[in-house]
Order: sequence, then structure tokens, then C-alpha cells
Amino acid sequence: MDSTREIADFVKKAVVKMTSYGNSSHVGSCLSIADIVSVLYGRVLKISPDNPGSDFRDIFILSKGHAGAAVYAALSRVGFFDKEILNSHCQNGSLLSGHVSHKGVPGVEFSTGSLGHGLPVAAGMAFSYKIDKMSNRVFVLMSDGELDEGSNWEAILFAAHHKLGNLVAIVDRNKLQSIKSTEETLSLEPLAEKIQAFGWRVREIDGHDHDDIIEACQDDSGSTPTLIIANTTKGKGVSFMENEVLWHYRSPQGEELDRALEELDSKNA
Amino acid sequence: MRDAFVDSLFNLALLDKDVVLLTADLGFGVFEKFEALSGQFFNVGVSEQNMIGIASGLALLGRKVVVYSIGNFPTLRCLEQIRNDACYHDLNITIVSSGGGFSYGSLGMSHHATEDIAIMRALPNMSVIAPCTADEAGKAITELVKEGGASYLRLDKTSAEIMRTEDSFVVGKARRHREGSDIALIATGGILYDVNIAADELSKIGISTRVVGMHSIKPIDKEEIIDAAVNTGGIVSVEEHNRDGGLGSAISEVCMDQGVTPKVFLRIGLNDTYSSVVGSQQYLKSKYRMDSVAIVEKVKNRLNQ
Repeated sequence: MDSTREIADFVKKAVVKMTSYGNSSHVGSCLSIADIVSVLYGRVLKISPDNPGSDFRDIFILSKGHAGAAVYAALSRVGFFDKEILNSHCQNGSLLSGHVSHKGVPGVEFSTGSLGHGLPVAAGMAFSYKIDKMSNRVFVLMSDGELDEGSNWEAILFAAHHKLGNLVAIVDRNKLQSIKSTEETLSLEPLAEKIQAFGWRVREIDGHDHDDIIEACQDDSGSTPTLIIANTTKGKGVSFMENEVLWHYRSPQGEELDRALEELDSKNA
Repeated sequence: MRDAFVDSLFNLALLDKDVVLLTADLGFGVFEKFEALSGQFFNVGVSEQNMIGIASGLALLGRKVVVYSIGNFPTLRCLEQIRNDACYHDLNITIVSSGGGFSYGSLGMSHHATEDIAIMRALPNMSVIAPCTADEAGKAITELVKEGGASYLRLDKTSAEIMRTEDSFVVGKARRHREGSDIALIATGGILYDVNIAADELSKIGISTRVVGMHSIKPIDKEEIIDAAVNTGGIVSVEEHNRDGGLGSAISEVCMDQGVTPKVFLRIGLNDTYSSVVGSQQYLKSKYRMDSVAIVEKVKNRLNQ
């Protein structure tokens, strides 16, 4: 089995290239979650590329659909489809849309793109497994800015009420949203206390530390849903993208692409 | 109409453990018998967006989900969840709204569902059914759940009398309640009740009136519409809904697409406005000129033009 580090290295370089070739946005968001999705697909999720629809699989939903490139890259890296397909991302006729879509893409459980949709659906799937007394777990990765959406708080109430211990929500806490920081836009803090007050278990981790992510995803919460606040850096690994809102939108081109790939390479050395 | 729906759904749920009913905290005293069905009935609270999300999650794993609320709450409040989650993923979710049109007449415009048909029928992968009679409501829920896919079932408080004929409810197939040749009144939903009365009156004054109950707005019965356009003196659509985008629009689309022009064409419904006064369903139908008296008058005027 490949190490999660190897997967993450691939995903990071892939998303930089995909957003460059496709002239598309959200490379910063993709780098923010690259470690998380690599650990999930590489270690945490019970899934099989040979049997994507297995009744015994774990579910992963990317609720921050705009970072779909990271999921596509991770899926292809662990064997769900040919890596060559990644090069078509966001281009005319491609199945790999800028916001994650399940149609024709093996391994994608659910399409998103509008924020605030993933958690209610994940809660519904977790609820379904619970009714059937199945042990499958459901993971959903959300952005922190996404927590502005009221639908999430409806689902947070629901998951606690129905004791969905098989549900794990991971918040990509890079503290930046579309225009400014989350705290300047619509304060989320104290986030952990808020979620705990809703009856969830909260874990706070370094969202780029693979051991931390693995540890936090362990199946030991009983009947309490878990929310992991994964502290991350938007644009992680590329110095000129880190913590810059600009890279929510900008596509790396020319020298920017070369520099980004170079930095990601040197970090792996 | 609601009782027929509840009874049918209960029988369906008894036979099929995969059938799940969710309500967004509405239906006081309506669903008590469902409490006995373990894992098949849940009140998700006043949270329509979450309800469609939960329904989608359940349906993604093979359940057949029926969601229930009233008025515009299970449709407009959570429209994007319906579009992106239920329809795009082509999930077996039946959205049921009790209270089409002015069913909750005295509760005010927030509770008047008068654009829902237009909006729901614009969604790909979505069927739209507005039963005209109580038996249709009961049969519709069974058919929609069995057929799969996303669908919208609009229930009215009033309904036309059950038609005692051999033809049973089929999605996409209109039911002809009365034969006639001078004009064809095509109605959707419980307002067929008023249309039947209007047809009686029109017949008395020598206007031979065909009455068609168009419970399926999507898919729509194109053959029945073309037949009315070709073989009667014209078409009048009647709906407890905005004239724009609903049944009348759907009928005109069919006619234009098929290159068939009815000799006379009139859409009766709410004239692109919100209902700003309250009253009983019957009062509001009269106020907004779509009750039997108004239908008779409008048909007579149109035929005399």
C-alpha cells in the first residue's frame, strides 16, 4: 500500500496542473484539503476501486465541491480511474467538472457545488446505515466558510438527535472564505464550543499532519457524531499561494505553474 | 385527498420496509399509525432543507422516501436541495405537499401554493402530479413510489368526485370525465370540482362541454390535449395556480410543439399576482375568478368573441 505521503504528493502536484490546464479556480482550496483527502482515501476509508458500490464501503462526500480536483486526483491515484483523465479537468466535454460530480466518475458518491448540501446528505446516509444496524461510516469534508449556511445547522441538530456516531464531519479550517477571513465575514468562533453545545464530539487537529488525521478519524465515538476541526493553510505547500485569497480564484499559469511544482517537489525531497 | 394518500402510503409502507416517510413537523394527528412502523417514519423538525438532504442520503442507499409538508415549504423552501440532491442524482424521493393553491386560504399568501407547479415542472427528472380526485391521490402515491425517481405530489383540500369508471390512474394519462364538442375544459388538481359544476351549467345553456382531469402535468398527456384541440371547439385550462408556467402553459407548449392550434384558447388561473386577501378556498377561487361561476362566464364570453 502506498503511503499517504506519496498519495498527497501526487494530489498536490495534480491539482496545480489540473487547475492550470483547465484554467480553473480553487487551487488554494484543493491544496488546503490535499492531505486530508489523501489520508482518507489512502488509509481511513473502507473502499475498494474494484467494487466502488460495495454494501460494506465507507462513504466520503466532499461538501466543498469547489475543491473537487483534489478528490478526482486522490481517486485516480488510489485506482478508481486512469490518471490520464485528470488532464481533461474543466475542459470542454470533460466529466471532471470544477465542482465535484458523480456522473461518469467512479468513486464519487455525491455531487456538490452549492455549499451546505453535503452534511445533510451525509447525515441521511449515516442514518440509513444506523437504521439497518450496519457499521459503515460516513465522512463529509466541509469548508469553514460553508458553516455560514443554515442547512448545516439543521443537520447538526439532526445528527446529534439521532445519535449518528457513524458520522464524521471534517471542517477544513483554513480561516479564509471567498472574500475575507471567516472571522471578518461572519464569526465562527468559538467554533468547537458551538459544535459541542449541539451535542457533538469535537476533535481539533493539524489538518496537514497525517498521523493527527488518522488518529482523529478512529472509530471510537460511540453514538456521538464527530466533528474534526482540521486547522489548515489555504494554498499549503506553495509559498506564494499560502493564505492568499487570490488563489481561491486564480489559475496558475506559466512561471507560476513551474514555481508551484518546483516548490512542491522540493518539499518532498 | 390527504386521507387517501395517507391510507395508500401506509399500506405501501407495511409491505415494503424500504418505504420511509419524513415530515418537517407537519401533519398533526395524521401519521399516528406510522409510529408503529419501526425505522419508517421520522419527524425531522422544522427543517425542509435538511429534510431533502436526509431524504437524499436515505435514497442514495436504496430507500424509497416520501417527504411531507404543506404549502410551499417542501418545494420552494428547499428548491435547490430538490434540484441538486434529489433530481440530479435521480433519487426515489416523492415530495408531497398538502395544500395546493388556496387550500390554506385563511392562512395568507405564505401558505398559498400558487407557483409550485411551474417551478417543479421546470426541473429535469421531476414528475409533477396534482390529483383531481381523492382516489387519484391514493393511487398516485403508490405509483410514484414504485416508479422511482423524483416526483412532486400536490394535494388539495377540495377534490372532484371520484370517477366510477374502468380506467385507473396512470401517470401521464389524463382522464376524460365528460364528453363534449363545443369546448374542452382541462383542469388539474381539486379545482376539477368547480369545473364539473361549470360544465353542468354550460351544458344547460347548450354548450357541449368536454371535461378532462389532467392529474399529470409532467409527464403530460399530449394525445389528450391534441384530441381536444382537434376535435372540440377549443381548450380552456383551469388551475388553482398562476396562469404563467402551470397547466395552461404546459398545454400551449404541447399545441405549439405539435403544430396544432385550438380554435379557442383560454387560461383560467391566478393572473400573475399574489393572493393578498384571505378566506376559504372556495371564497378565494371566487375572488380570483376561477370558481364555477367565473369559469362559465369566461367560457361564454370567449366563445362569443
